[in-house]
Amino acid sequence: MSFPWAEEYKPKHPFMRWMDEKLPLPRLVWGAVGGGYPVPRNLNYMWNFGVLAGLALTLQIVTGIIMAMHYQPGEATAFNSVEHIMRDVNQGWFLRYAHANGASMFFIVTYLHIFRGLYYGSYKAPREMVWMLGLVIFLLMMATAFMGYVLPWGQMSFWGAKVITGLFGAIPVVGDPIQHWLLGGYAPDQPTLTRFFSLHYLLPFVIAGVIVLHIWALHIPGSNNPTGVDVKSPQDTVPFHPYYTAKDGVGIGLFFLVFAVLIFFMPNAFGHPVNYVQANPLSTPAHIVPEWYFWPFYAILRAFTVDFILPAKLWGVLAMFGSILLLFFLPWIDKSPVRSGRYRPTFRIFFVILVVDVAVLGYCGGSPAEEPYVMISQIATAYYFLHFLVILPLLSMFEKTLPLPNSIAESVLGSGKAGEAAPASAA
Amino acid sequence: MVRIFSILVGLCFAFVVLLAFGFGAYNYATTPAEQTAEARYHLAPRHDVRFSFEGPFGRFDRQQLQRGFQVYREVCSTCHGLSLVAFRSLRDLGYTEAEVRAIADQWPHQVASINPDTGEASTRKPIPADHIPGPYANETMARAANNNALPPDLSLMAKAREEGPHYIHSLLTGYRNPPRDVEVPQGLHYNPYFANLNIAMPPPLTADGQVTYAPGNPAPTVDQMSQDVSAFLMWAAEPNLESRHAHGWPILIFLAIATVLAYLSYKNIWHAKHEEEASA
Repeated sequence: MSFPWAEEYKPKHPFMRWMDEKLPLPRLVWGAVGGGYPVPRNLNYMWNFGVLAGLALTLQIVTGIIMAMHYQPGEATAFNSVEHIMRDVNQGWFLRYAHANGASMFFIVTYLHIFRGLYYGSYKAPREMVWMLGLVIFLLMMATAFMGYVLPWGQMSFWGAKVITGLFGAIPVVGDPIQHWLLGGYAPDQPTLTRFFSLHYLLPFVIAGVIVLHIWALHIPGSNNPTGVDVKSPQDTVPFHPYYTAKDGVGIGLFFLVFAVLIFFMPNAFGHPVNYVQANPLSTPAHIVPEWYFWPFYAILRAFTVDFILPAKLWGVLAMFGSILLLFFLPWIDKSPVRSGRYRPTFRIFFVILVVDVAVLGYCGGSPAEEPYVMISQIATAYYFLHFLVILPLLSMFEKTLPLPNSIAESVLGSGKAGEAAPASAA
Repeated sequence: MVRIFSILVGLCFAFVVLLAFGFGAYNYATTPAEQTAEARYHLAPRHDVRFSFEGPFGRFDRQQLQRGFQVYREVCSTCHGLSLVAFRSLRDLGYTEAEVRAIADQWPHQVASINPDTGEASTRKPIPADHIPGPYANETMARAANNNALPPDLSLMAKAREEGPHYIHSLLTGYRNPPRDVEVPQGLHYNPYFANLNIAMPPPLTADGQVTYAPGNPAPTVDQMSQDVSAFLMWAAEPNLESRHAHGWPILIFLAIATVLAYLSYKNIWHAKHEEEASA
């Protein structure tokens, strides 16, 4: 699809020829993830996480559909039906632990995928659309995960739903009606549970659809690579299959190893004990915290504690949504012509600070809203916004970047080698 | 243009949050820290016991589970139900089918039913298919009988608290006289392992030998009974723990071999590519 030297699909078996005439599905697969997709030859292991995120989504859909056969979305039945899955359904404990930890695995690989894009400048032209579709997937994932966490109807499910939908109440004028509309009432209750179940079942398929667009948009310019240099000749690429299918095999193996350790030996490590207590509207847990993958954003939300023109709560909500929405503008904020952090020495320092900053935000978001955590999260929040909205635009104006290699092949093989090999392959 | 707007928005958010930091830091520096009694006296669960089910090779000790079940039946079940655990599951503890039927039949509490002749609400003896009933038909009845406190169902207690079994063991053996500056309200009991220090439950295990164990078991000291019932509650909360561990090892070994093979084939495929280029 993407480069003129992409190998064309030539079916050998008569059946495949027949199939190709009627429904060229094998041709589509060949072009998308087969020998027909030329990929830069220098991708490192950080390029494994897109495939792994797709795998995580598939696993979530499979385990989720089976669990939906046993789950009952009722105020009085939800909690007990989850325990019924754990105790009475054959291998039900495996399904539920795989689904709960699968969500964590999905977010782990997605965060690594996003940070990969941030470091190697994968969001920059010509891949802006790939980046923005990725962010849409991320937002859909967050909505899906949030609604899924409400379904077991434990204490944290209930109070998490109350706090998160309460955020919409901070919006002036329309806030309260929006909150009541989301919940189907004044507090999380039966209508909340049934609509969240319905949407939790729907959204993963919407995500799958946006993933198709994400990959489609990616195939037009082709994959970025660690040098950030454009592909120039057939020398720079290898076919996706077998070179990267083999490498993805290694990534998938490691993914399943970590996943298996979580499921079989520490299934509740990412969970909160209070969610094993059934939801009780009359008893508030001591500390209401969302799941770990929301902690950085939760810390940003709680960092705004002072009314300044607008109420503090509204500032928090604006900053929390803003912290993700600003990423949509990143391709136009960071106009540095050099994509990869490898050749941007100053950017690299700030990038490391950003990674630490987000980890600190995460830690503070999971801690109680007390000092010193609030003060630390305030500093970290300030850096988060300064990094993306102030430092990146200034860097793109003033940074002195390192010289780029002439081509991907040169960066891999050395300049002499690439020059020698090029005519050979052209011949 | 985008960049100028971006810088302005960024400075705006940073200014507001740093303003909040300024106020917070000022308050933090000027307001003397008030230490609550909870902060001063609350204790994290002790780890003086190592349970057989801990660690990746952990298994339940069937003898201990049976002892713990005995403690639950003779002591805890006076107030606490086990509504998610069915009598039939007690087969897991090593009881025979006949023994389970007898346990259900002789259970101190009955299950809700209807009178087959009149259709009026009534109760009947449990059968193995029933879940283990507590003494109270509903929350109102439970609170009325307990000075407005609600004895929680214990089915998931070992997973519903941080460090579950250790917490339960610490709590059961943690009752003591309160420090001088802590006032214990009427009807509550001081226990530093409980979240707010004062728990409505009176000390349930008060004397060695409160439960008589069958011959061949360790002496039923308070500490032993507490350990046993903590282990039993872990089983009640996670009856599939052994099966989970048993599935985990072969799967990990399989995955490790598969990953090594995947790595070798990856190396092999790329090696061929490099060879080809070296010879070209």
